[in-house]
Amino acid sequence: MTTNLATKYKIKADKLNLFYGENHALHDIELSIEQGTIAALIGPSGCGKSTFLRTLNRMNDLIDSVRITGNVSVDGQNIYGTDSDVVSLRKRVGMVFQRPNPFPMSIYDNIAYGPRIHGTKKKAVLDEIVERSLVQAALWDEVKDRLHKSALGLSGGQQQRLCIARLLAVEPDVLLMDEPTSALDPISTLKVEELTQTLKDKYTIIIVTHNMQQAARISDVTSFFLNGYLVETDKTDKIFTNPNDQRTEDYITGRFG
Amino acid sequence: MSSKTTDRLATLYFWASGIVIILILAWFMIRILGEGIPHLSWHFIFGKPEEIKAGGGVGPQLFNSFYVLILSLVISIPIGVCAGIYLSIYAQKNWFTDLVRISVEALSSVPSIVFGLFGFLLFANLLGLKFSILGGAATVALLNLPVMVRVTEEAIRTVPESYWEASLALGSTQWQAIRKVLLPAALPNLITGITLIAGRALGESAILIYTAGLSVSRFFPDFNPLKMGETLSVHLWYVGAEALVPDAKAIAQGSAALLLIVVLIFNMLVAIPSRILQKRLSGGK
Amino acid sequence: MRWVFVGSAALVSAIIFSIIVFVGMQGLKTFQGVSPLEFFFSTDWTPGQQKFGAFPFLYSTLMLTLVAVVLSVPLALSGAMFMAKIAPKWMREILRPATDLFVGIPSVVYGLIGLTVIVPALGKLTGGIGYGILPAAIILAIMILPTILSISEDAIRSLPVRLEEASLALGATRWQTMWRVLLPAARPGILTAIILGMGRAIGETMAVFMVIGNSPQMPKSLLDSTTVLTTAIVKDMGNTSYGSTWNNALYMMALLLLIISLVLILVIRIVAKRSEVK
Repeated sequence: MTTNLATKYKIKADKLNLFYGENHALHDIELSIEQGTIAALIGPSGCGKSTFLRTLNRMNDLIDSVRITGNVSVDGQNIYGTDSDVVSLRKRVGMVFQRPNPFPMSIYDNIAYGPRIHGTKKKAVLDEIVERSLVQAALWDEVKDRLHKSALGLSGGQQQRLCIARLLAVEPDVLLMDEPTSALDPISTLKVEELTQTLKDKYTIIIVTHNMQQAARISDVTSFFLNGYLVETDKTDKIFTNPNDQRTEDYITGRFG
Repeated sequence: MSSKTTDRLATLYFWASGIVIILILAWFMIRILGEGIPHLSWHFIFGKPEEIKAGGGVGPQLFNSFYVLILSLVISIPIGVCAGIYLSIYAQKNWFTDLVRISVEALSSVPSIVFGLFGFLLFANLLGLKFSILGGAATVALLNLPVMVRVTEEAIRTVPESYWEASLALGSTQWQAIRKVLLPAALPNLITGITLIAGRALGESAILIYTAGLSVSRFFPDFNPLKMGETLSVHLWYVGAEALVPDAKAIAQGSAALLLIVVLIFNMLVAIPSRILQKRLSGGK
Repeated sequence: MRWVFVGSAALVSAIIFSIIVFVGMQGLKTFQGVSPLEFFFSTDWTPGQQKFGAFPFLYSTLMLTLVAVVLSVPLALSGAMFMAKIAPKWMREILRPATDLFVGIPSVVYGLIGLTVIVPALGKLTGGIGYGILPAAIILAIMILPTILSISEDAIRSLPVRLEEASLALGATRWQTMWRVLLPAARPGILTAIILGMGRAIGETMAVFMVIGNSPQMPKSLLDSTTVLTTAIVKDMGNTSYGSTWNNALYMMALLLLIISLVLILVIRIVAKRSEVK
């Protein structure tokens, strides 16, 4: 019975606590996210939503003083267990960052990077992966004639879509997005938001955003974080019209944050 | 081979290279000190050299090394610091600044033997100093000048702009702000730079062969800067390369160990007060 | 007060110019006594018979620098990557002062070690006398290692963190990230480091003099006694009289060294300008 329950949720956090040295940054987070949904994490600056996001693909491992208790499972397996493999985790759970971070290489090489490091070498296969990923990221038409030019020559919005394409090339199950449009102009933002809608069917998407309208626009489920606590999680419609917790209501109506 | 195995092998390889580097250094030190220290007697360190017999010392050479060092610092530090101040504070985007920058870079790339020949042409020949400690010190100063300029410029740049602004806002002149606020704040980094060039001055030999000469004065200590003055490093080279006395090898090894110890002590003597100064300046963090 | 500073800065420019002029003028006088063709291309250096073919020196300088760089770069780059990305803090606290110490050792001391340890060892290994380009290259490689290492390390460290993050987030291992992303991205800085190391190797005199053999001939192997530009100057200077063609020829060699160093600086500036703007 427990197996069924565990695999119903793509991602499940259980009594998750995180410490930066002495600083208790996340308190007893319990969150379950279903396959194929878009989940938004909202909250004021410094509330821990980005920190929580980074626990899901173990990017916090890069920081020396971090300590974690509790449990995060992807597809029912604890990713912080002693025999879990970070490298394959990050292949399944990918991340898009706030600032676009393309490699100083050609567009083609950027997208091909992921497949190459995981062992794909044949040019024909790589060509196909590059095209498919760029199409999925709605970037193909704009760059198909300059695949071998440097990725740094693209605009900010294009670079961010490139990073998404690069991520899609390794065929993950889950996309983590850490404020992906906060560095972009409104038109690029719109394009990226449309992109997330088209990707929703095949992927589970978790997006951190400080833009509440964005969360309301694109997500199915929203979680409100405050001071390292997960205050409330519910269907997006409900959170934004009739939240259970007074603090959530205060944040959404702009009384603070 | 899986990427994991490659990763682990790579990690091993990198650790190995780090250790190899440390081992090479350790081996060097042990070799030099091990072979040289046995020859270090009171007579060796402070006694006079022998031309033909065995048993000579390096007293005058050691003295000359320090003499050259101090004189060259006296010349290179003021000029270098002033040029560094110019570059970090007064310089504007014009051809002159570009010229100065390229000059500093170019000067820093000149091989030491070219400095030696230049020093000979300028000080020994043109200015008629013949072989002299002064000529040697001046040429060594030229060698160290670009380093001093660069170190000063960087040291001043790392001082927070707010100090400068605060001083000016209180009505100081620029020179007052530099003297009373910027330079003291930049002092730890400046001292590190001075240690660097002092080390180079002590170890320099190619320059001094053509400017300070290959022999020492007959009486010791001789404070006349216009006299010829072979330094310890030049002596080491001379004895090592053209062995005239029967115990040349021993003298060379002893000199090498002595040189190394002097450089090390110098580094430590300066590094420790510098650290203390730095702690005090940053509020004891 | 301001003019003191401007004056000091101007003085620095004046100095480098006078060096070029003084050494240049003295060196160019060489061609009053020997043709440029003979100087640069003849391999016969017998000043006693007025033969001034400096080609062997040029050739050996090139060989020595190449071998020294080839020996030094792999270890230096590995050390740089180790210190920049892999070494834990306590290890870095040891290695940093260690490489600084390397720099502080005077070159004559390196020469002595070369003379007393490396030359005899090579002699035993090969049955010859052990002098030549090889021991000099080994010593030079150790001397330029800290330079190449610390500048490369700075170059790798100053790469933006997000490059590394992006690579790791795609599931790359640390080695893959270093090899495929970081090293290529740091290439301009690493090239600068290598060129600076080369410059040091070309200009080194004393240590090389003690182990290279110092006969003015074309080397037939890495263990054949020969001379480079710097050691040629040191060896002959004392035997020449100021103003003679022989003496001027030595100044010409000094001028060549100067020109080579300045060209290297120019190359570094070009490399720095062409690097990608991040």
